[in-house]
Amino acid sequence: MGRIADAFENARKENRAALVIYLCAGDPDLNATVELVVAAADSGADVIELGVPFSDPTADGPAIQRAAERSLRGGTTLAKVLETVRVIRGRTDVPILLFGYYNPILAYGEQKLVDDAAESGADGFLVVNLPPEESAGLRGPAVESGLDFVPLVAPTSDPHRIKQAGEMATSFIYYVSMTGVTGSTATDLASASKRASALQRELGRPLAIGFGVKTKADVAAVSPHADGVVVGSAVVQAIEAAASTDEAVAAVRALVSELTGGLGRQ
Amino acid sequence: MRYVPRLMQPLESVSGRYGPYGGRYVAETLMPALDELTRAYEESQRDPAFQAELDSLLHHYAGRETPTYFAARLSEEVGTRVWLKREDLCHTGAHKVNNTIGQILLARRMHKTRIIAETGAGQHGVATATACALMGLPCEVFMGAEDVRRQAPNVQRMELLGAKVHSVTSGSATLKDAMNEALRDWVTNVRTTHYCVGSVAGPHPYPMIVRDFQAVIGRESRVQMLDQAGKLPDAVVACVGGGSNAMGIFAGFIDDEAVRLIGVEAAGDGIATGHHAAPLCAGGVGVLHGAKSYVLQTEDGQIVEAHSISAGLDYPGVGPEHAWLKDTGRATYTAVTDDAALDAFQQLCRTEGIIPALETSHAFAHLPTLAKELGLDADILVCLSGRGDKDLETVIEKLEERG
Repeated sequence: MGRIADAFENARKENRAALVIYLCAGDPDLNATVELVVAAADSGADVIELGVPFSDPTADGPAIQRAAERSLRGGTTLAKVLETVRVIRGRTDVPILLFGYYNPILAYGEQKLVDDAAESGADGFLVVNLPPEESAGLRGPAVESGLDFVPLVAPTSDPHRIKQAGEMATSFIYYVSMTGVTGSTATDLASASKRASALQRELGRPLAIGFGVKTKADVAAVSPHADGVVVGSAVVQAIEAAASTDEAVAAVRALVSELTGGLGRQ
Repeated sequence: MRYVPRLMQPLESVSGRYGPYGGRYVAETLMPALDELTRAYEESQRDPAFQAELDSLLHHYAGRETPTYFAARLSEEVGTRVWLKREDLCHTGAHKVNNTIGQILLARRMHKTRIIAETGAGQHGVATATACALMGLPCEVFMGAEDVRRQAPNVQRMELLGAKVHSVTSGSATLKDAMNEALRDWVTNVRTTHYCVGSVAGPHPYPMIVRDFQAVIGRESRVQMLDQAGKLPDAVVACVGGGSNAMGIFAGFIDDEAVRLIGVEAAGDGIATGHHAAPLCAGGVGVLHGAKSYVLQTEDGQIVEAHSISAGLDYPGVGPEHAWLKDTGRATYTAVTDDAALDAFQQLCRTEGIIPALETSHAFAHLPTLAKELGLDADILVCLSGRGDKDLETVIEKLEERG
């Protein structure tokens, strides 16, 4: 089993959901990213989704769009993100899932990316605009190198597509809580969680619920049902509001610690 | 690679591919909607009632068929015989309405209650708003803030037609960002909303559907050329942004291998300056807005902003079937600068009494070069994709700058 699957298994043994934290690499800069990942891991994040910025993030709401713009203005590239993962690996073993869009991956070269990502110490890929039908070129080499490929299931996915995602998953499945972009509000997390709970029993794979999960109360609403919970835009906004890297690190520490308070199962 | 006649290609409706191009690079949330759209489209193709309603609307409402016209004075100046397929005479002033009427009929068939669209020059936005008004559906159009500024008359038109126009300020505030925002809306409201894509771009089945709805341009003009010129044209020329008017007219001639198909992209300030909108001529292979095709990008795979005087061509991507036609050599692509397009714009006004859209002017700007190649005894068919009234402000401003 890889590090990501281990993290979910450990959380399960502790009778709680795994906490997945999204950070946009290079926001505000890549040195800060190292500190922010370490801080999130120290404060209780079980898995880090490390966002690789893209110029046209069509699945993201304004908060993560702005983070990607800041990061790209600072010169972040996929190659530099991998260098950053290497630096992070000197500090923490927290599982790192590279999270992004397909075009930078295509430009880098899929096989080369898999080789370099494995070498840097990254644990897997989640590509938001790469559905199962288009994923063979990345998923094949990734699985062969022992890296995870995380498929998504949406509220609109039919039974055939859900089954397909279950077959493709090597660690967990990302369950999108609602039709929408990241950072949206007003979602019915309770019913999404119950649906996820049924699906994870059916598929025999852990599901993590993301989109619209922002507060400790949201985490608490989701965690009794799902194996994992993803918080992204709220973390990115805390970093955006900070005046310095030190402040951002402190803000992430505080937010992640608080979110862990919602993890326990009743 | 070599172009293979369509009947011998793998079934496009199943593969969604043009050689290595096309596909569906979208969020999982949208995949079922694309399946639903593909099914609805295929059913509509087999439904005589759907086809009859579409044909009737295209004829009685949109004014089809449009003429093919021999441009005598332009021919004399250019030095070969030039024929114009008059899509500028369609209702709303451009070819875009051929597609929007078809798609809104499809949306109604799928029981969608709300329509969204992206627009660059505003022509597709106007055509979508028009079809929505015709069928009583609410319409919201996403348009880059920069385009809202330079195409103000079209914004006013859309609003008069009852559409809500969202000014998009993210990124370069042009067509690509409008499409990003439309995709974000669609992923949020996918159950009730049809996304009426305006070009042969986007995820499968859009490149197929939009081409098929625009193929009426090619079908009509092929018959008209045989009738009026007594032969097929030697070359067919169209401007290419996303590439819908070009795919529409090419579709009529694609299996006539002797007919040269030529797409003209926007070279903006010149290809060498890097300020252009010519992914086929000067871009690389990438994935943007759901399809693999040629795009303008950095070596790290970030999309680069396009530059063109023409809002409708100001897009860093292009439809995937054009990418395939380029690689196979079945079509060739070239690019002309803003300045050359402006000259061609004035030339058509002066010689034929027709004010073309700035987009369309790019196709005309290639005629002198092509005429030199083909000589006096050749027939060139140009897709006159739209009228230029919307561009008067831009053109007059630029001409004053030139002095």
